[in-house]
Amino acid sequence: MFGLEALELARVQFAFTISFHIIFPAITIGLASFLAVLEGLWLKTRREVYRDLYHFWLKIFAVNFGMGVVSGIVMAYQFGTNWSAFSEFAGSVTGPLLAYEVLTAFFLEAGFLGVMLFGWNRVGPGLHFFSTIMVAVGTLISTFWILASNSWMHTPQGHEIIDGIVVPVDWFAIIFNPSFPYRLAHMAIAAFLAAAFMVGASAAWHLLRGNDNPAIRKMLSMAMWMALIVAPIQALVGDFHGLNTLEHQPAKIAAMEGHWDNSEGGPTPLLLFGWPDMEREETRFKVEIPYLGSLILKHSMTEPIPALKDFPPEDRPNSTIVFWTFRIMVALGLLMIVTGLWSFWLRRRGRLFESRPFLRLVLYMGPSGLVAILAGWFTTEIGRQPWVIYGVMRTADAVSSHSAEQLGLTLALFVLIYFAVFGVGCVYVLRLIGKGPVPHEGKSKGTGGPGEQRTPARPISAADEAIAHEHGDQLGERN
Amino acid sequence: MGIDLSLIWAVIIIFGIMMYVVMDGFDLGIGILFPFLADSSERDVAMNTVAPVWDGNETWLVLGGAGLFAAFPLAYSVILSALYLPIIFMLMGLIFRGVAFEFRFKASAARQHIWDKAFIGGSLVATFFQGVALGAFIHGFPVVDRAYAGGPLDWLTPFSVFCGIALIVAYALLGCTWLIMKTAGDLQKRMHDIGIPLVWAVLAVTGVVSLWTPLTHPDIAERWFSMPNLIFFMPVPILVLLCTFGLLRSIARYAHYSPFLFTLALIFLGYSGLGISLWPNIIPPSVTIWEAAAPPQSQGFTLVGALLIIPLILMYTAWSYYVFRGKVSAEDGYH
Repeated sequence: MFGLEALELARVQFAFTISFHIIFPAITIGLASFLAVLEGLWLKTRREVYRDLYHFWLKIFAVNFGMGVVSGIVMAYQFGTNWSAFSEFAGSVTGPLLAYEVLTAFFLEAGFLGVMLFGWNRVGPGLHFFSTIMVAVGTLISTFWILASNSWMHTPQGHEIIDGIVVPVDWFAIIFNPSFPYRLAHMAIAAFLAAAFMVGASAAWHLLRGNDNPAIRKMLSMAMWMALIVAPIQALVGDFHGLNTLEHQPAKIAAMEGHWDNSEGGPTPLLLFGWPDMEREETRFKVEIPYLGSLILKHSMTEPIPALKDFPPEDRPNSTIVFWTFRIMVALGLLMIVTGLWSFWLRRRGRLFESRPFLRLVLYMGPSGLVAILAGWFTTEIGRQPWVIYGVMRTADAVSSHSAEQLGLTLALFVLIYFAVFGVGCVYVLRLIGKGPVPHEGKSKGTGGPGEQRTPARPISAADEAIAHEHGDQLGERN
Repeated sequence: MGIDLSLIWAVIIIFGIMMYVVMDGFDLGIGILFPFLADSSERDVAMNTVAPVWDGNETWLVLGGAGLFAAFPLAYSVILSALYLPIIFMLMGLIFRGVAFEFRFKASAARQHIWDKAFIGGSLVATFFQGVALGAFIHGFPVVDRAYAGGPLDWLTPFSVFCGIALIVAYALLGCTWLIMKTAGDLQKRMHDIGIPLVWAVLAVTGVVSLWTPLTHPDIAERWFSMPNLIFFMPVPILVLLCTFGLLRSIARYAHYSPFLFTLALIFLGYSGLGISLWPNIIPPSVTIWEAAAPPQSQGFTLVGALLIIPLILMYTAWSYYVFRGKVSAEDGYH
C-alpha cells in the first residue's frame, strides 16, 4: 500500500490514533487547572466575571473530556492489535502503568467530575471548589502514569529479562526512571500553554469582531500572563530535558541537530536550517551558527556533541524528520515567548485589548500549543527509533504480524471515521467558543448527575447548545 | 504459596466482561431495535431510558482491556492480534454510536435522522463483531512461541458469523425487555409484541450454538458430556429452559419488570455455559490463565489499585441506577 511496509503502516496507524487522542487530554489537563484557578478567584473576590468564565469554559472542558474518553477507548486496544510482540514482552511493565491511568480516570468520572459539571447549585461552594481541584489533580495523576509508562520505554530501568520477557523488579525505579521527571514537567507545562493559547485566541477572536466585555478581556489578560511567565519556564525545562536526552539517548540528539561527523573534532555549530539526507550521510543546504551547538548542549566552546556517524546506520533515527519537528516545536515556543513579551509591553502602555496586529497574532497562535505538543512528541518518539524500548527491543521486533493490506484498510477507516466524528466534535467546540461567555451564566445550572439525563460519564451532555445552525446565521454574522 | 493472583485477576476480568455484556447489551439492543420504533418521539424516549446509565459500558470495556494487558499480557497480545479486524471494526462501531448518542440530542430536527442512522449502524456493527470475536475466541487460536500463529482471516468462519447474528438477537431481546421495564403506553405495547418472537429466536440461536460448539470441539464435548460433569452441569440447560418459559409467560401477561430479569438470568446462564466450556483457558484451546499470567510483581502491583477503585465504581453505578429507577415518559425530555 503506497509502497509502505506493514511495519511503517502499523507505526503510521498508531501515530495517527494517538496524535488525535493526545490533543483532547492536553486541552483537558490545561483547562482543568485553568478552571480551578477561575473558581478559586471567584470564591476569593466574588467578582462575577470569574464565575461567568468558569461556566463558559466548563462546557468546552466537558465536550473535550468526552472526546478524549471516546478516542481513548481505541488506545486501550492498539497496543495489543498493532504491537502484540511488544505487549507480550513488556506488558508486565506497560500494562500495570496504563491500568493505573485507566483506574484514575474512572475514579474521577465516578466522583468529582459529576460534582464539578452538575453540582454548582447542589453542593456548597467549598465542596464544589474541592471537586474542581480534585479533577485538575486527577488529570495530572493520569499524566503521571502515562508518562511513567512512556519514559520507561525511553530510559528503561528497574527490570530484568527472564525467559524472554520483562519482569519488574523495582517499581519505584521503573516509574521514576531517568527521563521521567523532565518529560512529565515538559508535557504538563505544554498542556497549560496549549490551553492558555486556546483561551487567548478565543478572546482575541471576540475582541477583533468588536465583541468586548469584561469576561473576554479577563480571558486575554490571564492567557497572556501565562504566556509571559510560563513560556520562558518551558524553554528552560525543555533545555534540561534536552540535556537529559543527550546523556541517555545521544543518537536522538545527533539526529535532532542533523550533525553527522566528529572526525575533525572541535566544537559543533548549531544548524538553523538544512536538509539531513540519510542516504548521503550529510545535512545539505545548511545554515549554521558556529560553536552554538556545543554551547547549548555541552555548555562548552570546544567539546563536540554526538554525531550520527558514531552510530551504525541501523541504529540511527530518521534525522530528516526529527530535525524539522524539533525546529517547529522550538520556533513555536519562541513565538510564544515573543507573544508574552509583546503582551507585557502593550499592557504597560494600556493597549493590550486594542492593538489589532497583536490580537491577530494571538488569534493565529491559538493552535500553536497543540501543534508544538505534536511536533515535540514526533521528535521524541521518532528520535527513539529504531528502538521501541531504547536499547532493549527494536520496533521491528515489536510489531504484530498483520499484512500491509489489513493495516492499510483499517488505517483508511480510522482516518475517515476520526475526521468525521471528531470533526463534528471540534466544530461544536468552536461554535461554543464562538458564542462567547454570557454574563450571569451559571445561575440556573445544576440539572444533572447520577440518575439524571445528564451524567458525568457523558460529559458532552454538560453542554446543551444545539450543534446545527441555520445557514443564514453564519453568513449574517460575517456581513 | 499464598494467594493465587492469576485466579483473582481472572475473576475480576470475567466479572468485568459480564458487567460489560449486561450493561452495554441492553443499550446496544436499543440501537438494534431503533428501526422498529415508530417516530422520533418514541426514539427520544428509548434513548432517554439509557442516557443516564449507558456510560457504564465504556468503563468496563476499557477496564477489561487494561486489566487484561496488566494481568495477562500474553492473552492480550495473542487475542487482540488474532482478532485484529473484528476488534477494530467493533471499536469503530462504538465510536460512531457513542458520538451519535450525544450529538443526536444537539442536532436540528432536519439532521437528526443522520445521527439515528449512525446510532443504528454503530450498534449493529459493534454487536455483530463482538459476536464474531466471541465465536472466534470459542474456536481458539493457534499459538507458537508465545505469538499468534494463524492467518489474518481465521476469525471469519460460518460459526463466528453465526455467533455475530446470535449476539444481535440476544442484545435485541435485552433492549426489548429493558424498554418494557422502563416505558409505558404504545412503546411498551410494541415491545411486548416483538418480545415473544425475539425469545423464540434467542432460544433457537442458543440451541444452535450449544450444539455446534461441542460437535466441532471434542474437548468441550468431553467437558460437558462425561460423567460426573454431566450431572453437575445439567442445571444449566434446565435453568435455561425454565427461564425461557418464565420469560414467555411474563411477556404474555404484560409484566413490566420480570421479562428483563429473566433475560438477565438467560444471559448469565449462557455466560456460565461459556465459562464451563473454556475454563481455565484464557487463550482457547490450550493456554491457561496461569500460563498467560504476568509476573506476580505486575499482578500484585495492579491489584492494589483495582481493589481500591473497582468497589467505588460499583457503588457509584448502583447509586446511578437506584436514583434513575422508574418509568421514563415523553415528558422527561433531555435538555
